[in-house]
Amino acid sequence: MSIADSTTRVSDAATPASQSAAAPSLAARGLTVAIDGARLLDAVDFEARPGELHALLGPNGAGKSTLLGALAGDVTPSAGSVSLDGRPLAAWKLRELARVRAVLLQQHEVFFPFTVREVVEMGRAPWRGTPAEDDDERMIAEAMALTDVTALASRAVPSLSGGERARAALARVLAQGASTLMLDEPTAALDLKHQEDVMRLARERAASGDTVIVVLHDLNVAAAYADRVTLLQRGSVVASGDPRAVLTAERIGAVYGQDVEVLEHPRTGTPLILPLR
Amino acid sequence: MSATRSVAKGGSPSQGKLPSESDAGRVSTLRQAQDRPGSTSGVEIKRLRRRRALLFSALGVALVLVCLISAGSGQLTIATSEVVGSVLRALGIDVGPAANPTADVALWTIRFPRIVLALLIGAALAASGTLMQAVFSNPLAEPSVVGVSSGAALGAATAIVFGWTFLGEWSVALAAFIAGLATTLFVYFASRTRGKTEVVTLVLTGIAINAFAGAALALLTFLGDSASREQIIFWQLGSLNGARWQQVAIIAPLVLIGLIVAFSLARTLDLFSLGERGARHLGVNVELVRIVVIVVVAVLVSAAVAFAGIIAFVGLVVPHLMRMVLGPAHRPLLIASVLGGALLMASADLVARTAVPMADLPIGMLTSLVGGPFFFWLLRRTRRRSGGWG
Repeated sequence: MSIADSTTRVSDAATPASQSAAAPSLAARGLTVAIDGARLLDAVDFEARPGELHALLGPNGAGKSTLLGALAGDVTPSAGSVSLDGRPLAAWKLRELARVRAVLLQQHEVFFPFTVREVVEMGRAPWRGTPAEDDDERMIAEAMALTDVTALASRAVPSLSGGERARAALARVLAQGASTLMLDEPTAALDLKHQEDVMRLARERAASGDTVIVVLHDLNVAAAYADRVTLLQRGSVVASGDPRAVLTAERIGAVYGQDVEVLEHPRTGTPLILPLR
Repeated sequence: MSATRSVAKGGSPSQGKLPSESDAGRVSTLRQAQDRPGSTSGVEIKRLRRRRALLFSALGVALVLVCLISAGSGQLTIATSEVVGSVLRALGIDVGPAANPTADVALWTIRFPRIVLALLIGAALAASGTLMQAVFSNPLAEPSVVGVSSGAALGAATAIVFGWTFLGEWSVALAAFIAGLATTLFVYFASRTRGKTEVVTLVLTGIAINAFAGAALALLTFLGDSASREQIIFWQLGSLNGARWQQVAIIAPLVLIGLIVAFSLARTLDLFSLGERGARHLGVNVELVRIVVIVVVAVLVSAAVAFAGIIAFVGLVVPHLMRMVLGPAHRPLLIASVLGGALLMASADLVARTAVPMADLPIGMLTSLVGGPFFFWLLRRTRRRSGGWG
């Protein structure tokens, strides 16, 4: 419990120098969200830098989606502040914000029978009337190819399976062409191949200089792909930093209430987290 | 650093975004699906465009035909050539056979204003249905179903019974608008929970409002003198009987303004189908658009109700049929709904005037006869699709 109660700043030593030098593109200070007296987030500090894939982890109800919502400006914090590219979130115009930041929600429902292609096109809405509009076709085609939905282009979204719908939603987010991506459980409904595809894609985006924040449930996926992880418990940050340093057997056991074994992959050296069964 | 970054974004968003040619190697594993790049959707888009053009022209032609037939039919039958000739002469083109003076008077004082009113009201109702469905994200939202029409009718009836004439001819329309706006706002906020409108809540809210407005209208009927009583009953049934150019002059600007605003918002409404958060993430000021749409709905519905009463289900049936042909994109959908609503109303009015000799059937009764079962079918289908009420 002692580990869970005190926030641990894990050293940045393992992070490549080029990344730790970049100023955070998304930063939150003392973020507190209280609804009906319940503190969903309690004085959370958070930073995500360009070039980094940052995973938000934690058990159910830890506040991952609330944190993502607050970072996106959907949830108004009772205290604290969020800034994007050095500017407070409230100072951004919605349209400008949509050009630099894209959000994939957990819920991918589309209320009317729009086709996949039409939904991906909606991702280009923030660029309407700007010179960037000329890129629409290319961005849409690329986003659809990357998420493997090109073959579904003329299908109505409500008729798709959960996984296909999730990929169509991701394609829309990619087509937006924003430099900060916030993805809430992008792999939840996906099969093994598409799950890996999506995470690879997220990492490529980070490698090309974008800021990528991903809410994940699978600790192994986080360990394999994230440059940095933030572990939440009951609305507070337990630890933040390099996945190898944060995801220790002791800490995971304390936060999740499930004893685990952390092994090292014999070939890649990636931590493997296995529940003790 | 951060400033230059966002500036660079605005200038050339293509840079460093999706892995492009230079990254092709790294993303090769993700690219299997690109064997047929975009060609399918290209054909698809062309087919959809053709379908749109076809539907618009079919609706347009049907609209002109129905108007000509309607103008020629009635107790006094007037030849189509005479109708056309009369219109052309009014436009300063002197061709075709001259209509006899009686026919000309009948056309210009009785039939034309009635047809124009029907067109305006049909367009207004269908457009308001389309708008409501978009902001409620629910295909069952419709002015009469959720009670907005009866709310507006209550406002109009109040103005009549209490003899409000502070704004002359506009008083009734204004009272209808205020009551309609209040009802729309109420329905919206009462039926929405966590950014969603559930079918059950929406329909039950409509039942409650219709019941209340019905009772209030009954009370007004009871209070009013015999003249206003007759007028209120005529409202509840919905009728275009006794349409005059003055009424057209009041309704036309309201409908026109409403439609212009609606068209300017059409593409934004598409984004509402991603949910409110989804729309906001794409740069939509959801609160502002929502309130503008609600006001426009109130303007359109009150314009329709002010002189013709409650004409139900036009806003439900028309957008739904058009969506089946065109898909849900709101810009073409609005155009088609406006044309389709006008066509439906002109046709229904033709039937109302001519089905029973020497009698003028209430048009609202006709639309409900068709629309009621349609609503029932839609309800069943919605339930089947979502696997229950939700």
